[in-house]
Amino acid sequence: MNLLADVLVILVVLTNLRVLGLSRLSPCIRTVAFQGALLGLLPVLAHLDDMTTRLALQAAASTVIKAAIFPWLLGRALRGTGSQREEEPFVGLTASLAAGVLFLAAAQWIGSRLPHVGQGAPGHMVPTALFTMFVGLFMIVSRRLALTQVLGYLIMENGITTFGLAFAEKQPLLVELGILLDVFMAVFVMGITLFHLNREFDHLDAARMTELRD
Amino acid sequence: MIWALIGVPAFAGLAAFFVKPHGPRRGLLVAAALAHAAMTASTWSVRPKAVLNGYLELDPAGLLFLSVTSVLFLAAAAYAVGYLERAEHAEDEDEDVFMFDNAPEAVFTGCLLMFLATMTMAALSQHFGLLWVAVEATTLASSPLIHFHRNNRSLEATWKYLLICSVGIAVALLGNFFLAVAARSSQDLLMTSRELVLHASALDPEWLKATFLLFLVGYGTKLGLAPLHTWLPDAHSEAPSVVSALLSGALLNCAFLALMRVHAVLCAAGLGGYSGSLLAGFGLFSMAVAAVFIAGQADYKRMLAYSSVEHMGILSFAMGLGPANPAAMLHAVNHSLTKAMLFLTAGNLVSAGRTKSVAETRGLLRALPVSGALWLAGFFAITGCPPFGPFVSELWILKGAFAAGRPALAAVYAALLAAVFIGMAAVTLKMCHGEPSERFKAAPPEKDWWRLAPPVILALAALTLGCWVPPRLLETVKAAGDLLGVR
Repeated sequence: MNLLADVLVILVVLTNLRVLGLSRLSPCIRTVAFQGALLGLLPVLAHLDDMTTRLALQAAASTVIKAAIFPWLLGRALRGTGSQREEEPFVGLTASLAAGVLFLAAAQWIGSRLPHVGQGAPGHMVPTALFTMFVGLFMIVSRRLALTQVLGYLIMENGITTFGLAFAEKQPLLVELGILLDVFMAVFVMGITLFHLNREFDHLDAARMTELRD
Repeated sequence: MIWALIGVPAFAGLAAFFVKPHGPRRGLLVAAALAHAAMTASTWSVRPKAVLNGYLELDPAGLLFLSVTSVLFLAAAAYAVGYLERAEHAEDEDEDVFMFDNAPEAVFTGCLLMFLATMTMAALSQHFGLLWVAVEATTLASSPLIHFHRNNRSLEATWKYLLICSVGIAVALLGNFFLAVAARSSQDLLMTSRELVLHASALDPEWLKATFLLFLVGYGTKLGLAPLHTWLPDAHSEAPSVVSALLSGALLNCAFLALMRVHAVLCAAGLGGYSGSLLAGFGLFSMAVAAVFIAGQADYKRMLAYSSVEHMGILSFAMGLGPANPAAMLHAVNHSLTKAMLFLTAGNLVSAGRTKSVAETRGLLRALPVSGALWLAGFFAITGCPPFGPFVSELWILKGAFAAGRPALAAVYAALLAAVFIGMAAVTLKMCHGEPSERFKAAPPEKDWWRLAPPVILALAALTLGCWVPPRLLETVKAAGDLLGVR
C-alpha cells in the first residue's frame, strides 16, 4: 500500500462526511459518484507493481458503472422530480455531521478490536470500510427522500466493497462480475421505481408512504 | 443439464420482452414452465453433473427446493394465462372494474421467467458468492412483478421490498467477505459449502460466528424472520396473487436454503449450538409475531402473508434443533404447496368480489362453491390439521424438539401453533359461512379452469403428502437434512 492509495482512503472518509452535510441532491449524487471513482481506482493503485488484465478490467468496469452510469441514472430520476431537490432529513445536517464523527470513532475502535485481522489488511482500510457502511445505513434511516435512500444504499455497498479490498479478497471473477451486475441492476430497477413514484405521488418522500400498515 | 435449467427460463424471459402478440407470449410462458418441470423431473432419475468447479451442483436440498419451485411455477404459469386473459378483457369491457392500468404484459411475463431463472440458480449454487448473486437477482427480477397493478399501494410495497431486501442482502454480502476472512488460513479453499464443511476445522471460529450473524440478518430479511419481516406483508398482499404464490412458496425457500448452507458450515465447525439456538430463537419469535398479527387481521391476503412469516419461523425453529432437520425439509415442501394454493385461491376470491377485506367477504361456500371449499380446506391444511401434509411435518418437528431434549421449547412451539390456529379460524370461518355478502351475491359461476385447476391440483398434492409420503421424497428429505450433520 503506497502513499497515493493512503490519500485515496482518506478522500473516501472525507466524501462520507461531505455527503452527511449536504442537503441539495445533485451535489450529493456527484459526491457519491466521486466516491465510486475513488474505490474503482484504489485496487489499481494498490497493485501498481503486479498489474493484471483482470484487475484492470474489473477496475474499469466498476469505475464506469459507479462514477458515470449511476449518477446519470439518478440524475435523470432527479430531473423528473421538478420541485423537490432538497432533502429535509429527520436528523438535521449538523446533527448528522456530529453523528458522522461518532461513527468514525466507533469504526476506528471496532477496526482495532477485530480478532486476527493480521498482517494482510492495511491499517485504515477496515475502519474506513466500517465507517462507510455506517454512513450508508445512517443515510437510509435518517433521510426522507427515496432518492437519498438509494444513495445511502450505494454508500453502504461502497463500504462493503472497501472491506473486500482491504483483505485483497480473491473472489472468482464470475462472482465479482455477478456482484457488480447485481448492484447495477439494483440501481437500474430502483431508478425505474423512482420514476413511477414520482409520477404516482408527485413526490419522493418515503416518509409519506404510510398507506400499508397493520 | 444444469446450464439448461437456468438457461431455458432466462432465454424465454428475454424473448418474452420482445414478443408482441399475447397468444404466443403466453404459450412461451407455459412452454418454458413445462420444459423446466420436465428437466427438473429428469434430475430425479439422473443427477446432473456439477459445473464450474462445483460452484453449481444439485445436492439433495437443492433438488428438493428446485422441484418445489418448478411445480409451483408450472401451476402459476397456467394460472397466469387465465389471469392475464381476464385482466385484458376486464379493461375492454369496463374501465371501472380495474381502477388502474396494468404494467405491460410483456414486462410481466419476462420478469416472471427471469424470476424462475434466478430462483433456479439460487437452488443450484453451492458457492456462497454465487448464491448471494442469485438471491439478490431474485429480488430485482420480482420487484417489477409486485408493481403489476399500477397503483399507490403496490408502488409503496414495491419500494419497501426493493429497498429493505437490497439493504438486507447487502449485509449478507459483508457476511460473504467475513466468511472469506474466516477461511484465510487455508489459502486455496473454494468458497463452496461442500469444501467449507469438509475443512471446517481450519476456519477461524470468531469470524465464523460473526459471519453467521451477518447471514442471519441478511438472508433473514429476505426470509421474513421477525423483526426483519416488515416488507413481507406489504409485498405479498399487494402483488398479484399469482406472484404472491411464488414469493411465498418458492422465493422464501431460496433464502432459507442460503441460511441452511451457512448453518451447515457452522455445525461442521462445532459451532452448531451457537447458530442453532439463534435460529430456534428467531423462529419462535417470528411465530409469536405472526400469531399476534393474524388474530383479527382485516385483509385476507395480509393474513396469508403473516402465515408465511409463521411458517418461516417454524422452519428456522426446526433447523435450529438438530434432530428436526429432515422434518424442516418436509415442512418446506408442504408449506410451499399449501401456501401457493391458498394464494391462488385468494386471487380467485379477489377477482370475484373485488375486495381483500375480510369484513366484506361472507358466505363463500355458497357464493363460490369451488373456491370456498378450497379456502376452507386450505385453512385446515396450513394450520396443520390432519389429513393434510403440514400436519405430518409439524408433528415430526414437535417430535424432533423432544428428541433434541428441549421440552420447554416444544411446548412454546405447540402453544404458538394453537394460537395461530385460533386466530386464523376466527378470520377464515367467518368468510366461508353464512349468507353471501353484497359483493359476492352477484358473483358469476366459476368456470375458468385455467384458474381453478392449479389450486385444486396443489390442494390434492398437499392432501396426498398428508396421507402418504413417497419413499423417494422421504429419502431425499432425509438426505437433505443429514447434510447439516445432526448434532
